Amino acid sequence: MQKFSALSLARQAIGGHLGWKPQWRSVAPKPAYDIVIVGGGGHGLGTAYYLARQHGLRNIAVIERGWLAGGNTARNTTIIRSNYLFDESSSYYEHSLKLWENLSQELNYNVMFSQRGCLMVAHTVHDVQSFKRHVHANRLNGIDNEWLTAEEAKEFCPPLNISPNIRYPVLGASLQRRAGTARHDAVAWGFARAASDLGVDIIENCEVTGIMRAPTGEVTGINTTRGDIRTGKIGVSVAGHSSVVLGMAGIRLPLQSNPLQALVSEPVKPAFPTIVMSNTIHAYISQSDKGEMVIGAGTDSYVSYTQRGGLHIPAHTLEAICELFPMFRRLRMLRSWGGITDNTPDRSPITAKTSIPGLYVNCGWGTGGFKATPGAANLFAWTIARNEPHPINAPFTIERFRDGVMIDEAAAAAVAH
Amino acid sequence: MLLIRCPYCGDRAEIEYANAGEAHIVRPADPMAVSDEEWAQYLYMRDNPKGLIAERWRHSHGCGRFFNAIRDTRTDRFVMTYEMGQPRPTIDSEAAAEAAR
Ligand SMILES: Cc1cc2nc3c(=O)[nH]c(=O)nc-3n(C[C@H](O)[C@H](O)[C@H](O)COP(=O)(O)OP(=O)(O)OC[C@H]3O[C@@H](n4cnc5c(N)ncnc54)[C@H](O)[C@@H]3O)c2cc1C
Ligand SMILES: [Zn+2]
Repeated sequence: MQKFSALSLARQAIGGHLGWKPQWRSVAPKPAYDIVIVGGGGHGLGTAYYLARQHGLRNIAVIERGWLAGGNTARNTTIIRSNYLFDESSSYYEHSLKLWENLSQELNYNVMFSQRGCLMVAHTVHDVQSFKRHVHANRLNGIDNEWLTAEEAKEFCPPLNISPNIRYPVLGASLQRRAGTARHDAVAWGFARAASDLGVDIIENCEVTGIMRAPTGEVTGINTTRGDIRTGKIGVSVAGHSSVVLGMAGIRLPLQSNPLQALVSEPVKPAFPTIVMSNTIHAYISQSDKGEMVIGAGTDSYVSYTQRGGLHIPAHTLEAICELFPMFRRLRMLRSWGGITDNTPDRSPITAKTSIPGLYVNCGWGTGGFKATPGAANLFAWTIARNEPHPINAPFTIERFRDGVMIDEAAAAAVAH
Repeated sequence: MLLIRCPYCGDRAEIEYANAGEAHIVRPADPMAVSDEEWAQYLYMRDNPKGLIAERWRHSHGCGRFFNAIRDTRTDRFVMTYEMGQPRPTIDSEAAAEAAR
């Protein structure tokens, strides 16, 4: 692997940048692996990396249907934060945030993690009470989160309109200063490069079409569009397609796959210092390093695998953005798109063993799993390697829906988030 | 935006409707008599199909009534809508191919 450093960049510049090599090996599938990870998004690639790096396993493949990280990893608005309400969730997301803080160094790859803070704006008395409850719960867990008045919020984010005359006036905001954004592609590429260097085979354009099992029940391999592959352990991390892939082994999941849309504006000079989220009026915005305003819209209501949605959903978001940030009224939008998110009833994920020996699943991250990429990958790798969950992901089972021990962030937020 | 045919009012824009999830999920007659596993299947587990789905819609900003629809989730094309209480219709291969297009 070619190391990135100031020296190596300078040397390549002198050589006219002709000396760069591919960042990961392109390989054809072998007939058998010890472990196969299905899904080459950030979660799947990270899982393979941690399996190799932390658990010393080598004979691993990542199988991706399309091109590397062309799913939700490439489609999300990259908000990273850990200020969730319940102890189970905040410790999971905080585990991830801590990994983000050192990820560029660990991977020797700049994932452009930028801790510019995340303001969550309150518009109703209910919002104020619920956000303050989040602030207190987080601080008891040692996670930074603070309450700002509307004036303090405006000082932190000058474009914010705190006029009392708008439809849903800003009553205050919570601020997690360690929250931030990262370069979505770089996370996947960084994990792919590091995993490949440790011997992991990354196989693109290869769709998993079946899961093979022994008469005794355990998994024995997968069928793919590029032939059968034998393996004793399968880790499924396919986001919106989780019901489809687990369905191949006869497992039903508590999931609905819905389109979630986002859009970006034309690039402009630095104009927006932080991330602002408004759950109540559905607007999420930050500025990318390229200068685009990155805007997250709401979820379409129906099950779909089309990676697009209705125009009325982003239109609704833009109305809210224009009211909260009047200076963006003349900004033109450049592109919009959708991704398929896998949503659980309690809006918490599943990172767990399944009822089938050798079959593991990491899913249900829905509209908010980019922030969890290193954390989920790290704990999913642990679960697969040891055949038991880490204490942090132990509550995030499929069985919690049977046993009634939901981790109900959906109710805590009272809206999609 | 989808164009949806309410069986009572005709074609209307999606914003008049609310989606209400998978159709034909039957509540166990005696909840106390079923296992936790069966109860969880009823409450939370879904087919979430990639292909034809039978789903409920409510014409909430129209006549207010619920009805069912068959739609292909790979294209979002509707095959048909039908009244509540009717069994799930069988879709012939021609109509299914048309919706998958
Ligand atoms: C518009 C939008 C905005 C979002 N905003 C945020 C945000 O601000 N913050 C946040 O934390 N999260 C956000 N999310 C959610 C986040 O993107 C996801 O939770 C996360 O990226 C999931 O990562 P993944 O690696 O599991 O999935 P993906 O990147 O989708 O990877 C799954 C891969 O599995 C592959 N696959 C599927 N089926 C098969 C098969 N049969 N065989 C082989 N491969 C298969 C797919 O091709 C895909 O590449 C957003 C999502 C969307 C769509
Ligand atoms: Zn009607």
